[in-house]
Amino acid sequence: MELHTRVHARSLAAWGRTHPDSVVLSGDLTASCEADEFRDTCPGQFISMGLAEQNMMSFAAGLAREGLRPLVHTFGVFMYRRALDQVEMSIACPNLPVRLFGFLPGVTTPGGASHQSTNDIAVLRSLPNMTILETGDATDVESILPVADSIDGPVYCRMLRGALPRLFPHEDPLRLGKARILSDGNDIALLTSGICTEEAMRAVDVLRRNGVGIRHLHVTTLKPFDDADVMAACAGAALGVITMENHLRSGGLGSAVAELIAEQRIDTRQIRIGIDDTYMYGASPGHLMNRFSIDVPSLIRAVEELAGQRIEVSVDDINAARTDTYYNEKQQEAL
Amino acid sequence: MQPATPLQQADCRHDNWTTACQAFATDIRRRVLSHTVTHGGYLSQACSSAEIFAYLYGGGMNLGPSEGPCVPPPYADVRSKCNARHPSGMLYNGRRAPDKDRFFLSPTHYALTLYAALIGCGRLDRNGLDQFNQDGSTVEMIGGEHSPGFETNGGSFGQTISQAAGVAWARRRKGDSGKVWVFLSDGECQEGQTWEAMMSMAFQKLDNVHLVVDNNGQQVDGRVEDVMSMGQLDQKFEAFGSTVVRVDGHDLEAIDRAFQTPHEGKPLTVIADTQPTRGLKLLEERYPNLHYIRFKSETERSRYADALGELE
Repeated sequence: MELHTRVHARSLAAWGRTHPDSVVLSGDLTASCEADEFRDTCPGQFISMGLAEQNMMSFAAGLAREGLRPLVHTFGVFMYRRALDQVEMSIACPNLPVRLFGFLPGVTTPGGASHQSTNDIAVLRSLPNMTILETGDATDVESILPVADSIDGPVYCRMLRGALPRLFPHEDPLRLGKARILSDGNDIALLTSGICTEEAMRAVDVLRRNGVGIRHLHVTTLKPFDDADVMAACAGAALGVITMENHLRSGGLGSAVAELIAEQRIDTRQIRIGIDDTYMYGASPGHLMNRFSIDVPSLIRAVEELAGQRIEVSVDDINAARTDTYYNEKQQEAL
Repeated sequence: MQPATPLQQADCRHDNWTTACQAFATDIRRRVLSHTVTHGGYLSQACSSAEIFAYLYGGGMNLGPSEGPCVPPPYADVRSKCNARHPSGMLYNGRRAPDKDRFFLSPTHYALTLYAALIGCGRLDRNGLDQFNQDGSTVEMIGGEHSPGFETNGGSFGQTISQAAGVAWARRRKGDSGKVWVFLSDGECQEGQTWEAMMSMAFQKLDNVHLVVDNNGQQVDGRVEDVMSMGQLDQKFEAFGSTVVRVDGHDLEAIDRAFQTPHEGKPLTVIADTQPTRGLKLLEERYPNLHYIRFKSETERSRYADALGELE
């Protein structure tokens, strides 16, 4: 597996050079959110806002009202938790084109509950005017800026940093409202997002060898949620639908799919894999994915449940498919 | 369109300015009291801030002519991706222009006072208050960004000053010479975001910002001193990097002088010490519960009606 480092750092700096109206705001987490290269390349377009996220959100709204294109950088938790009222009243209510780059989704930080965005999609999905995008690999991350920029209104981008796998070809950028179809099969529709896509990809081939056909879709647009391919996948799955996300089971991808299934009157069963109604603690991504059941074994158990049969998958099979990319030791940096 | 009163383009240093501006302030109080007699309302805020609004709209701010309909049309729709033609209340403060000032009212329950000021200087029809707090009107009781004279949704306090700071940063980058004015009241300064905003304005050296604080010592529960005392506000603003002048907020010439204070590289904050019952002695009977006036009896209502004629 090909690994890329500081993907957003390069992409943001390149964007800044060609978009003089783009202004990056950072809440004292500039290198931590890979905005340092932009700061050094486009110093006149960079605003250090210090540890004051409420002000940072409203300040960005003021910039947007004057025609600038603010790109706000901090950890997701300091956006949707600490400064939610400001995101709602200063940014979302007036539908201003402010882009929020929220880092450290779910298990991707050992920083504990205070740093782990585990319910950001649930919270922000409830905001009128808000668009939500989530990245799962280097290609998603490097292609998110033009997609976010094309939207008339606020956008929350659930970002990855550090060493990232390239799961999807560089020439195949993230597209608004279009899932990536990763495998085809008629038994189960598997809808994954963020880092769970890479995790699930390890299991799909093993499952296929065991006779289970899986249509695997990587979802990058969480709101709006109206992708015809997602609907077709759910409707065409003989055994049922599985969603898998680095987020609480409630309010995120799993909930969005459940709403879709109900409203489209799709006659199927769904299993939601996600963090089950709990805050987490500080540990490595691998540990947390295992402890909070958003890993390959959890996926196989879900498939077994839908198939009503035991799937013969050994630890060796999983390990053979494991590429150890996102959660390698490079991701153990603290903040 | 009503003819603009002379005050709209007045020069603060003009001989007759003080007299005319004081009459403007009294007019604001009278309109708000008149409306309150019929409907109840935010009356004490007009009493404390009438001179501040008269100063701002009587020549203190450099605004272009109003671009808003003199009689506000019904509120069409909320802002969304499907509604790009959302009306902005800022039209009543004139068109955006590099040399013109911008006004941001933070305590949105001062809406009635702002509308009265807009009427007093010919930016809103004299019957504009007929729509006040009526369903489907933009002339809302707690103004939003679509309400005449407003530009932001400031009802959750602390957010307007930060947005104004962002506007000031962007305007400086564009090379605009116009200022950004922010009206604050003292009680709302308990919100931490106010101080985050001041810190950032000082750090960014935003000297195109003029702030005025209606320091009337009042908040919803009563006296600021009793609810959450903030000590000396002027010292706090100074400590957060602003040039600060403290004045009698009912003295128009003092307010004007205060805003001439040099403040290179810093925002300028004028703490206007005011009385929440100024010009309306009757209101003192309710002290310190002045936030919103609801009459308990018709007798009380008629006493306030009588006071209309005596307004100083």
